Amino acid sequence: MVDVAFQSSRTAAAQTGRRRAGLRNALRRKSMSAFLMTLPLILLIAVLVIYPALYSLHLATLNKAMTKFVGFGNFEFLFKRETFWLVVKQSCIFAISAVVFKALIGFIVAHFVHNVPANKQRKWRGMLLVPWVIPPAMSTLAWLWLFDPSYSAFNYTLAFFGLGPIPWTGDAMWARFSVILVNVWYGAPFFMIMYLAALKSVPEQLYEAAAIDGANWWQRIWYVTLPMMRNIIAITTLFSLIVTFANFDIVRILTAGGPLDHTHIFATWAFRVGIEGSDIPLGASVSLFMVPILAVAAIFILRDITKRGNES
Amino acid sequence: MSTVTIDKSGPTRKVKYGSMSRDRTWALRWSYFFLTLFAIFSLVPPLYMLITSLKGSAEISAATNPWWVYHPTLENYIQLLTSNQFLRFFWNSAWVSIIVVTITMLISVPAAFALARMKFWGSATLATGVFLTYLIPDSLLFIPLFKMFAVIGDWTGVQLINRWYVLLFIYPTLTVPFCTWIMIGYFASIPKELDEAAIIDGASWFQTLTRIFIPVALPGLIAATIFAFTVSWAQFLYPLVFTTSTDQLVLPVGIITTLIKGDVFNWGQIMTGALLGAAPPLIIYAFLMDYYIAGLTAGATKG
Repeated sequence: MVDVAFQSSRTAAAQTGRRRAGLRNALRRKSMSAFLMTLPLILLIAVLVIYPALYSLHLATLNKAMTKFVGFGNFEFLFKRETFWLVVKQSCIFAISAVVFKALIGFIVAHFVHNVPANKQRKWRGMLLVPWVIPPAMSTLAWLWLFDPSYSAFNYTLAFFGLGPIPWTGDAMWARFSVILVNVWYGAPFFMIMYLAALKSVPEQLYEAAAIDGANWWQRIWYVTLPMMRNIIAITTLFSLIVTFANFDIVRILTAGGPLDHTHIFATWAFRVGIEGSDIPLGASVSLFMVPILAVAAIFILRDITKRGNES
Repeated sequence: MSTVTIDKSGPTRKVKYGSMSRDRTWALRWSYFFLTLFAIFSLVPPLYMLITSLKGSAEISAATNPWWVYHPTLENYIQLLTSNQFLRFFWNSAWVSIIVVTITMLISVPAAFALARMKFWGSATLATGVFLTYLIPDSLLFIPLFKMFAVIGDWTGVQLINRWYVLLFIYPTLTVPFCTWIMIGYFASIPKELDEAAIIDGASWFQTLTRIFIPVALPGLIAATIFAFTVSWAQFLYPLVFTTSTDQLVLPVGIITTLIKGDVFNWGQIMTGALLGAAPPLIIYAFLMDYYIAGLTAGATKG
């Protein structure tokens, strides 16, 4: 790198004229080559993201055989179905409670890791991040086996303490609990890593100043740590809200929406209706209901990022 | 800390200091205690995969302690690794992931370079658009994409549905936006003087990219590569929708559709398959943890 910089200054001093010409040429070519370099990206986004997104709006207005325009017919049909409202309710419960618990556990664990001497942090961080590394489809299979009704390792352990067998995926309430538990298990490490990075960026002097003022442990968290981490907490939560709300793998493998549709969320129900039930327009309409919530979260994230971009 | 102690008189300082350090050791012990609990919580499923994978089918259905292997056997591994079907899934997954990583890098590195360095009409909007695309989840697009490829098949006669290579078109929608986004961040942090010097020396934009930007931003490139690989390896929804024949399946879908036969779960083989499927990302993670974490935090903190 130093070589390059050095050479250039020498050349620049010697041949000012050539430099001017070179720069002008480069500038002339710049926008053309920039366009060519971004062309594959633009094509990909236009053809495989924006077009399908608009296409699903179109699909949602067709009848099941996709031969007739029915306007808002699919939506009216959905509003009249009880299962739809069940799915709406469950998606909200699932996303909100999973994100809240992920954020809480991530925050607590990040604090514990931060407490540990620096040379041991790597080892702990390495172990705690494993759930995030394993493909969720694979780890959910392990959970399904842990929850198995007849040979369940969890129920065996509970029986050891004299607690009754729990129908982990058989009963509606327990199935909802299990799905959220697996999601929290999978997502909490992400929060932990983000918070840990944020904790490390809080200047040590602030804590010293707080200690001098006689702040106790709780006050230090409330008045120093949380305000300093506010940005990162907000953006991580919004990210996670999007991902959790659109989750498919965990629910699909663990319960496939059952028992009696009591764990279906938008993504799994859209799959059930659209692909398995081959009613593509109805499936498209179901998944479109995710858009408003995703859009609100996206707008907040974008605002935060552009704000930070302007500050720097 | 030192300011506190200076204010106090001699004896009090000593007592105060002692209690502080005792608080510290207790805080440390509690931290270790809870960290151990959380580590157990995190590691139970993968460990249970390992435990079950070492059991024979008789032991799995026996009423013995499920957390212990009494008669360890490798029969599950031997069965899976000699089954052509399972190897096929593995190869499909490997091919899809490797090709997708290559495509992703070929698209996103030049695009990120152009967006970070060559300000042109609409470049800021495009960068924001890339980020927004990253926020669009797979569960929103799978139905229109499926229909789209079905229609393309009807029109052109090129049947892409139920072929593993259809995934090569679809996975980049998940990997390219994120990789472009973090590469923009890494490229933007390179001092402007470097590429100005190169341009003055008569280097073309392409040479500036390959000789300066890629070597300097190599850590970012590795993080993006790891991300693209992990995402393509773990993707479950798209292959479930787009592929159905057993010779076209990738690993996650293959394990779930072929090892679960109706209501019969062959848990020994399922857990072995799941462990083998989780192995490549875990191995990468074990060796390149720092890059992995850099990529993870870059997504939300760079910008």
